[in-house]
Amino acid sequence: MMTLIQYVLYLVILTALAVPLGAYMKKVMFGEKTFLSKVLTPCENLVYRVMRVDKEEQMNWKKYAVSVLIFSGIGLVFLFLLQILQGVLPGNPQGLSGVKWDLSFNTASSFVTNTNWQAYSGESTLSYLTQSLGLTVQNFVSAATGIAVLFALIRGFIKVKASGLGSFWVDMTRIVIHILIPLNLVISLLLVGGGVIQNLKGAQTVSLVEPVAVSAEGEILEGAVIDEEAGTVTADGILVPDAEIVTEQFVPMGPAASQVAIKQSGTNGGGYMGVNSAHPLENPNAFTNLIEMISILLIPAALCFTFGLAVKNKKQGIAIFAAMFLCLCVALSCIAVNEQAGTAQLAQDGAVNLSMTGQAGGNMEGKETRFGIAASSTWAAFTTAASNGSVNSMHDSYTPLGGMITMLLMQLGEVIFGGAGCGLYGMLAFAILTVFIAGLMVGRTPEFLGKKIEPFEMKWAVLVCLATPIGILVGSGIAAVVPSVMDSLNNGGAHGFSEMLYAYSSAGGNNGSAFAGFNANTVFLNVSIGLVMLFVRFLPVVGTLAIAGSLAQKKKIATTAGTLSTTNAMFVFLLVFVVLLIGALSFFPALALGPLAEFFGSTM
Amino acid sequence: MKMVKSILPKALIIFLIFSVMCGILYTGVVTGLAQLLFPAKANGSIIVVDGKKYGCELLGQQYTDDAHMWGRIMNIDVSTYKDEDGRTLLYASPSNLSPASEEYEELVAERVDKLRAANPAMDETAIPVDLVTCSGSGLDPHISPAAAEYQAARIADAREITVNEVRAVIDQCTSGRFLGIFGEETVNVLKVNLILDGILEK
Repeated sequence: MMTLIQYVLYLVILTALAVPLGAYMKKVMFGEKTFLSKVLTPCENLVYRVMRVDKEEQMNWKKYAVSVLIFSGIGLVFLFLLQILQGVLPGNPQGLSGVKWDLSFNTASSFVTNTNWQAYSGESTLSYLTQSLGLTVQNFVSAATGIAVLFALIRGFIKVKASGLGSFWVDMTRIVIHILIPLNLVISLLLVGGGVIQNLKGAQTVSLVEPVAVSAEGEILEGAVIDEEAGTVTADGILVPDAEIVTEQFVPMGPAASQVAIKQSGTNGGGYMGVNSAHPLENPNAFTNLIEMISILLIPAALCFTFGLAVKNKKQGIAIFAAMFLCLCVALSCIAVNEQAGTAQLAQDGAVNLSMTGQAGGNMEGKETRFGIAASSTWAAFTTAASNGSVNSMHDSYTPLGGMITMLLMQLGEVIFGGAGCGLYGMLAFAILTVFIAGLMVGRTPEFLGKKIEPFEMKWAVLVCLATPIGILVGSGIAAVVPSVMDSLNNGGAHGFSEMLYAYSSAGGNNGSAFAGFNANTVFLNVSIGLVMLFVRFLPVVGTLAIAGSLAQKKKIATTAGTLSTTNAMFVFLLVFVVLLIGALSFFPALALGPLAEFFGSTM
Repeated sequence: MKMVKSILPKALIIFLIFSVMCGILYTGVVTGLAQLLFPAKANGSIIVVDGKKYGCELLGQQYTDDAHMWGRIMNIDVSTYKDEDGRTLLYASPSNLSPASEEYEELVAERVDKLRAANPAMDETAIPVDLVTCSGSGLDPHISPAAAEYQAARIADAREITVNEVRAVIDQCTSGRFLGIFGEETVNVLKVNLILDGILEK
């Protein structure tokens, strides 16, 4: 019962916070006064003065798109060089060396595209300088870029016979200064208060209660007798030569909370630690978990309401929110039920207790005790619905069907809330597709929010919607025939295939989570996954802006009795149907080879 | 091309501004406030008694002694981290194993046998699932109250104290859910063991 209340409250809190934030973001988008304007607007104006930009500039869609591409290109090059050179730069108390070129390329693409796929492990690979000046900055600006492109699209719907979509520089400045920085200052302080680390010290070491013996070959000697004073190790009565007695534990340090805040709220997801928010120093308890988890979906959900307010059609925002929310609830229930049930392999004919008395029960492999099944399943649904990709439990160790749902959420194109900005503009492309299909069925000219949908918009909308399936299927198709990829798998059989499919789904949805047993740090995987991430990010960006540019030039048609309503339950249903149709049809064969095969294989 | 030329300088300037703002100022302000307001937490919740660092409250360790409480299964990593003198440091990672494979079934069966052998007082009682599974971080510092209770008799036997004395220590190290709703009830294994060993006070 308590568990059920927990699930419901997570969804209620999310919605309750998204509504006011949505209204706030609408004000920021139009440059209206907010309760923070007094402090923040002078900072904003200072940026314009330094940059010498005109606040009122109206870029056409091509200029807006080129600005996005150049700005992201600079980020890519800078982050790539920063990693390669970190060994000779300051801010590196662990003395880590420069990152290899392929891993640097992968990580740079990953953070610039708001994917935040981790082929690296933060605490052993990246210096504090790289983390804060490289990754944290991209966490902010890649999220802001997504929101800016969405704002441009919204203006496309609002404007009549105009060519301008606003200024990319103004949008970026407003989003970073008025939305992301204040929000994340609050989130990071809440996190530190809850126990997340935030310092500039080098890593610490602490004593172990029980020392551990390691053989000269690096194997753990279980059951060996350790004489700490003499420094000897005996296993089965025989002295083990050259065995090492490990008496201390490694405790990573650094500025984690500030980065964790933005990686959650900017739908980035690249963790400070290798195991992301499952790490107790990155997410120490249920309180920090609540803050981090709500932050995942907060901005994407709020943007639905921003959209409704901005196009002066609140119902439209609610309709899109409802379609997304419905899919989220269904996915969450599927994951939760499967994880709570566990597997026969784990239950051991009743020798292992999977019940919920005195414990969370269920499939606890890869899950933390403090989160149990409810907080882990909810996080898994949120993070793959949003293109966030942070994790608080290991998706690789989910039950076959639970894991499949997380994969499917990414394969749907990250439109169930999706990434900051990009989730909603992806969903609006699906909405355009939906009105087109619905229009064909009833023989009416398709229109959306008073704008006619014509071949130009349709072509781009189709490209936006198909970028993800193309990226995932082509990428994983090629990887499946490359022999070296086999060595990266952590599990055998169908689950091994799932690990690879998950990797490309994650890249193709700009998500960034992983079936983390998969070793993605090889030249082929780093480069191919990096390219998929760039493709699925920037093709939809250009497509969305092209649609926006074309819509802005059109006149507004009056709503008549013949207009197909896009705010009623029928439209919500059709929209969900189209999203599922494209996703499910594209991926059913691949899913049948991976998680479905594993499920049927393990239950026979 | 003309467009690119006009955009490039602006893009460079704004990138520089955002780098300073989000990379340096934001991180700096948060670090400063964190150190001022929550120094112990911001520095890793390390347990220090008489100047010695007895462990990190938030990181699990491996225990195999009958007199200590055992935690989650650990997938120990002794190859990644060394201290300044080249001595190996302990860390851990998740297993990332599928819970639906035959190999996994065998692995859990071994763990069940080991736990049954170590806890004869519990006889055929079903073993709480967190004792036979590896955690999400590999470093989970907690187990469930059920998993703690399962071991109480063994610890009491090994230390020649009563089961109720062990239970009192467990209670002391148990945290409830946040606001009574969120998350799960947990027992901090390191704290239990440090109290049992007399390092931390009851």
